[in-house]
Amino acid sequence: MRVALFLTCVNDTLYPDTGRAVVKLLTRLGVDVDFPEAQTCCGQAHYNTGYRHETEPMARHFADVFRDYDAIVTPSGSCGAMVRELYPRMGERARSEGRGDRLATVLAPVVPKTYELTEFLADVLEVTDVGAYYPHRVTYHPTCHGLRSLGLGERPLRLLRAVKGLELVELPGADECCGFGGTFALKNADVSAAMGADKVRNAESTGAEVLCAADNSCLMHIGGTMTRLRTGMRPVHIAEILASTEEDPAV
Amino acid sequence: MSGTFVGMPAFPVAAREAVRDTTLRGNLRHATHTIRAKRARAVAELDDWERLRQAGKRIKDRTLRHLDRYLVQLEESVTAAGGVVHWAADADEANRIVSELVKATGETEVVKVKSMATQEIALNEALEAQGIHAYETDLAELIVQLGEDRPSHILVPAIHRNRGEIRDIFTREMGEWGRPAPEGLTDTPADLAEAARLHLREKFLRAKVGISGANFMVAETGTLVVVESEGNGRMCLTLPETLISVVGIEKIVPTWQDLEVFLQTLPRSSTAERMNPYTSMWTGTTDGDGPRSFHLVLLDNGRTDTLADEVGRQALRCIRCSACLNVCPVYERAGGHAYGSVYPGPIGAILSPQLRGTGSEIDASLPYASSLCGACYEVCPVAIDIPEVLVHLRERVVEGGEAVREGSKVRLRPAKGHAAERAAMRAARWALTRPGALRTGQRLASRTRRLHPRTLPGPGRAWSGTRDLPAVPAEPFRDWWQRTRGGKDGGA
Amino acid sequence: MSSRERILGRVRRALADVPPGEDGPVERDYLREHGERTVEETVDLLAENLADYRAVVHRTDPGSLPRVVADLLAARGASTVLVPSGLDEGWLAAAEVTRVRDEATSTPHELDQVDSVVTGCAVAVAETGTIVLDGSPDQGRRRISLIPDHHICVVRVPGQVVASVPQALERLDPARPLTWISGPSATSDIELDRVEGVHGPRTLEVVLVR
Repeated sequence: MRVALFLTCVNDTLYPDTGRAVVKLLTRLGVDVDFPEAQTCCGQAHYNTGYRHETEPMARHFADVFRDYDAIVTPSGSCGAMVRELYPRMGERARSEGRGDRLATVLAPVVPKTYELTEFLADVLEVTDVGAYYPHRVTYHPTCHGLRSLGLGERPLRLLRAVKGLELVELPGADECCGFGGTFALKNADVSAAMGADKVRNAESTGAEVLCAADNSCLMHIGGTMTRLRTGMRPVHIAEILASTEEDPAV
Repeated sequence: MSGTFVGMPAFPVAAREAVRDTTLRGNLRHATHTIRAKRARAVAELDDWERLRQAGKRIKDRTLRHLDRYLVQLEESVTAAGGVVHWAADADEANRIVSELVKATGETEVVKVKSMATQEIALNEALEAQGIHAYETDLAELIVQLGEDRPSHILVPAIHRNRGEIRDIFTREMGEWGRPAPEGLTDTPADLAEAARLHLREKFLRAKVGISGANFMVAETGTLVVVESEGNGRMCLTLPETLISVVGIEKIVPTWQDLEVFLQTLPRSSTAERMNPYTSMWTGTTDGDGPRSFHLVLLDNGRTDTLADEVGRQALRCIRCSACLNVCPVYERAGGHAYGSVYPGPIGAILSPQLRGTGSEIDASLPYASSLCGACYEVCPVAIDIPEVLVHLRERVVEGGEAVREGSKVRLRPAKGHAAERAAMRAARWALTRPGALRTGQRLASRTRRLHPRTLPGPGRAWSGTRDLPAVPAEPFRDWWQRTRGGKDGGA
Repeated sequence: MSSRERILGRVRRALADVPPGEDGPVERDYLREHGERTVEETVDLLAENLADYRAVVHRTDPGSLPRVVADLLAARGASTVLVPSGLDEGWLAAAEVTRVRDEATSTPHELDQVDSVVTGCAVAVAETGTIVLDGSPDQGRRRISLIPDHHICVVRVPGQVVASVPQALERLDPARPLTWISGPSATSDIELDRVEGVHGPRTLEVVLVR
């Protein structure tokens, strides 16, 4: 099976540790993962801000880069949802605008092959215990697109529960949005910040050291709020927890 | 109601005030969280909930896609049952029709059942201008009317008020409008409800004209349905001699049987009850029971324009349950007034810019009043994909394009104030379709990382006013990969 | 052009994308009722759900019904009772109250002076704890079950009981004025918290007669 890592532009640029963790984890599980270097961005920020037509070349580029792989794994629920849920919609819209089936045809092959990381682990590799070790008290925030668009459900929690040494504590109001929302964080900064502060207060109330999620963009917002509010908690991507072992622990 | 939505500031500006109002935040948090948990329980009682939801969606879609036929059928059924049907293309026309009908009765006051359509067209103000006084009889509407306030929620227009504030409004204002509040009124909800009962009783008993909306109109039978809790609806629908119902054209369902879906999904979504206390159904007029004359005013007011949009028309499926408001994290913090419309919350954010167009500052900002978290779509009992329509309307704001306004095709220009963003998006797209350009940018960021501030000046303050920026790493992932081939070449 | 023509024209232009002949029957794969129950269990569920929304439920047999109704009225201290024209006279045989007939000429103010009302019903819905009145002679005009503060509704079980909302609609005639009643008047308008007792009867007593 040819497996490609679609890291996402945000992770590539700001969170390379997450990318390394995915590579380490998948390699440990016997997957030969490739990082196609021509990859850039799925176009989600453009699409969700209203620039659908600007998004189209980015989606075509994505399809070009990843077309020949059997599986495309991404450590981002929202970028995964962009490909799986919104690429087909872009194809439909192009069709209804009288531009024919071309866009839909180009995008179609990558759609069913794209998996968010925990989905890939649970559904394709069918593993629950990935052999991880992470001796910390952790609470999990299900990010919205992973939760609602992809329907990740219990998958991340099952993986976390199987991690040796990890104490998983339930996050109150877990399914409430953290307030990131892409450009929403800038366009409606006050509401976004209020949502973030409430999320952080809920996280703090669990007594966990670490808030874990499957989306670094949400964690950027939550983490930035945590340090500003001086909570002492850390945001950590789930890939970094699952990659951590007794021999080679995450910091 | 003296409050008005004209000239509302953009959503972020209005929301900023609300976010800082701790009383309002507390009131909204308390109310929405109370109902959220109850709704979840009420819905969980039905194991076929998702099937009911999809059936509701299908029924509404079928109606909308053949709306002309069902409107004509409804008109025939209502007329055959003794009602009179009027058609109003916009708010002014609807207000004119209702004013004339009231004047023809010789009355100068009317009692009203809570109705979103009549709020939308500002009927009370229009009647007042004609010397006709409209009394709101729903408890929350009464609170809003007495407080000279604006509604902030579809189901509970006074949700922004807590019991103490309501007690103060009743004590201060009831005497000006009729029977004063009882001496020593407490702030327990039961006492406040009792005060409303006493205050409105006399108005119900003497009322000669009632004005309502409707939750549903059945095309095949001509039946109108009003779903309510307090009994004020029953009072207004049965005691007056004349009943005037102003209803949006999208409120039709084709068949009597279709009600079996919505009478299950609406109460559970709305007040989180298995069934609301009272539902009234009437078909034209009945000899010796209820109003002797019945008028139905069918309201367009932007609905056909909305219908013309293949993506946006799903907003017309809305049955006004307000479940989307109650789960919305943005609504909970921004409050209903920030939406600048009688339709607040997620549904308002897609309905107002379609009914009114995206021309005003508030309407152009509403599609952005969401983090696209999708909680609204998840609870919607007619499966309106609100995030999809929000993004679609964002596109209309930034790209412009074809739309229908007042029945005519127009070409919209991209909204002002998005030029810099558009340029940035275009530049980003250019870079993001060229891996080399992306890499150059990433390396530049990494090399200069020690110079990066943790907070930003200018527009960047929108982020860094409340959140620290992440540190830029020493190298982007792709450089590590190139160096090590994923750790295989050593040097992790 | 009339507004009627204008609106219908706008609708037709708005729907230009809808292919002709598309309008088939709507797929209904939801349940006709929820769960399997014996007749007895359905009646129990009705009683349970009525009580859950603060209706007061009584159970009796035809022989004892007059006594039950008389006791309820006496306990309430009612001296006047509204009586629909077609109400079984036997139901009130034991009650020592002044009967007020449901007449077209009574004014709302007059009805407001009456203490209680006794009606039958058209159908009762177990899953939702709902009784439906359809203006038949044993139920009277809509206003008589609205203005008095105390409503006694007699339901014949199991004949008048259905399990679900879909089954109730099948039994009802849309041409009649219908009132669905689920518990006494209530409101959620203060802090989205439900409290009973606003404009409709604040006490609803449902007598299930077997």
